[in-house]
Amino acid sequence: MLYNEPSPLEVKILTKRFGLANSESLDTYLATDGYKAFLKAVEMTPEQIIEEVKASALRGRGGAGFPTGLKWSFVPRTSPKPKYVIINADESEPGTCKDRLLMENDPHQLIEGILIAGRAVDSHKGYIYIRGEYRYLIEAMDRAIAEAYSRGYLGKNIRGTGFDFDLYTHTGAGAYECGEETALLDSIEGKRGIPRMKPPFPAVVGAWQSPTLLSNVETFSAIPAIIRDGGAAFAALGPAKNGGTRLVCLSGHINKPGVYELPVGFNLLRMIYEVGGGMRNGKKLKAVVPGGSSCPLLKADECDISMDFDSLAKAKSMLGSGGTVVLDEDTCMVKFAQRIMKFYAHESCGWCIPCREGTNWLKKTLDRFHSGAGQKSDIPLIGELSKNMLGRTYCALGDAAAMPTISIVEKFPEDFEAHLNGKPCPYEHSTELAMA
Amino acid sequence: MTFSPELEARFAKLLEIYPPGRTRSAVVPMLLYAQDEVGHISAELVEEVARRCQVKPLQVDEVVGYYSMLHRKPLGKCHVQVCTNISCLILGAEELYEHASKTLGIGNKEVTPDGQFSLEEVECMGACSWAPAIQLNYDFHHHVTPEKLDQLLAEVRKAH
Ligand SMILES: Cc1cc2nc3c(=O)[nH]c(=O)nc-3n(C[C@H](O)[C@H](O)[C@H](O)COP(=O)(O)O)c2cc1C
Ligand code: SF4
Ligand code: FES
Repeated sequence: MLYNEPSPLEVKILTKRFGLANSESLDTYLATDGYKAFLKAVEMTPEQIIEEVKASALRGRGGAGFPTGLKWSFVPRTSPKPKYVIINADESEPGTCKDRLLMENDPHQLIEGILIAGRAVDSHKGYIYIRGEYRYLIEAMDRAIAEAYSRGYLGKNIRGTGFDFDLYTHTGAGAYECGEETALLDSIEGKRGIPRMKPPFPAVVGAWQSPTLLSNVETFSAIPAIIRDGGAAFAALGPAKNGGTRLVCLSGHINKPGVYELPVGFNLLRMIYEVGGGMRNGKKLKAVVPGGSSCPLLKADECDISMDFDSLAKAKSMLGSGGTVVLDEDTCMVKFAQRIMKFYAHESCGWCIPCREGTNWLKKTLDRFHSGAGQKSDIPLIGELSKNMLGRTYCALGDAAAMPTISIVEKFPEDFEAHLNGKPCPYEHSTELAMA
Repeated sequence: MTFSPELEARFAKLLEIYPPGRTRSAVVPMLLYAQDEVGHISAELVEEVARRCQVKPLQVDEVVGYYSMLHRKPLGKCHVQVCTNISCLILGAEELYEHASKTLGIGNKEVTPDGQFSLEEVECMGACSWAPAIQLNYDFHHHVTPEKLDQLLAEVRKAH
């Protein structure tokens, strides 16, 4: 299923089968290079596979951008306990809607990536943790898995290679926090999703106390192309240390929102104006959330930037999960900050005080501020409260709440000033206009 | 409790797929799949899932409060979920939510008197590039306007 027109500027590696008839079927997959990479991988040693993934400069697509090959090398070579592969399909970072398309349009590419990972770390069992709201995808993945079993691409002695692998889906039930890798592990064990202390990292002590390789759907989906065409070819698509393409989820005030596969390092302004068709109604660009709601925002004059992990870090933001939200001049940044904080306050698991209390205080302060009851002293207070959460929490949700908020108060003080002294929100009717 | 053969088959599979002795892992999926069939999570269902997964009822009960999709009270036959998170927000999701609330005559997490509809303001549902988005039960609807919402609700009313 395609939800938006492709762009001619796309470089289609992971999405090359999107739009083909029955792209989700095993036959289509086999007719278009499917499972060739897996058959190649069984001829390689695990070390060679990991080297190839390292050479690809693939970095985790779940948000943190950790080098994937390095992560694979952390899984102990031998283990008295079985090892597991877990696929993070919780996709809940606001602004992000790409894993959904990868599972819907090309489930076998994901399965093949998982098989190769299993072969590389000597694991024989995998679980795809899919957010509960994606029920149709649980059914879709189950169908693809059943098809793979029936034709010998999963199960015992896969295609006569001697390699065994079993793969299952596991449903979440509504909790952003369960996307955090260690909370996910507790969740898959049947508990509330509360993060674990790290170290030990999941690679060493993960699901059911066993070594676990956990990565995002898009990360696994990139593996077949890397093994088939070589890590170097994938790396060459992006800047140094930032290999390949990414599924960019463009949303917000642009003419052609949609999910587009673009080389890592694609310029953000070109994303907005060339891929995304420019700003709606000829409005001016105000700000961009580069990679999901956890990332510090970029002001319009900071948007001439290469969308790679290192350039974004240099600009004191993050590439995150690929959710790029474009805001026009009529967007109230106080409202925007308020909605972001409402989300994190709702999703905080309550385990650590700075996050549990901080997100709630900030939400109340921003609510009050937006309603016109804010005071000038609230403006620095919002920044201070946020900074007090930074780095003081068990998991990165506390930081995820603080970072965009700090960037908004620091970069858009005039929007806060405009709400002072009981003045009504100057942008009040802008979203109604956007709907019309 | 008795369930449909399809659900029983699902339960049987869930008890098989996790490592030996780890049937607790089946708790959340079982609760959600059972809720889909029986409507909500009753004390009886908690006991039943605990028995099947060989854990204490309290261990089942505590997850019910944690996961936002698990409900102790029945929802409407059609659960209307409006995302108001960032990508939807800036394209009018709050207005859409207000419209839904007014049309249905209920507030957040409430059910209409005839049990037909319930309403919930929800977080990002992974449809940001096609915002504003809603889910009616598990079905996604993209680029929803107040007019389109009225149409969708009318179709649901007609179907029942
Ligand atoms: C609060 C929170 C929520 C997260 N949600 C997701 C998610 O929905 N999907 C995801 O892949 N990673 C999510 N992550 C990142 C994971 O913890 C983990 O880094 C990632 O799944 C690793 O995969 P990768 O190496 O492919 O990036 C989240 C992290 C945090 C702190
Ligand atoms: S930072 Fe927030 S979500 Fe993460 S463990 Fe602490 S309270 Fe829970
Ligand atoms: S913000 Fe509404 S679907 Fe993502």
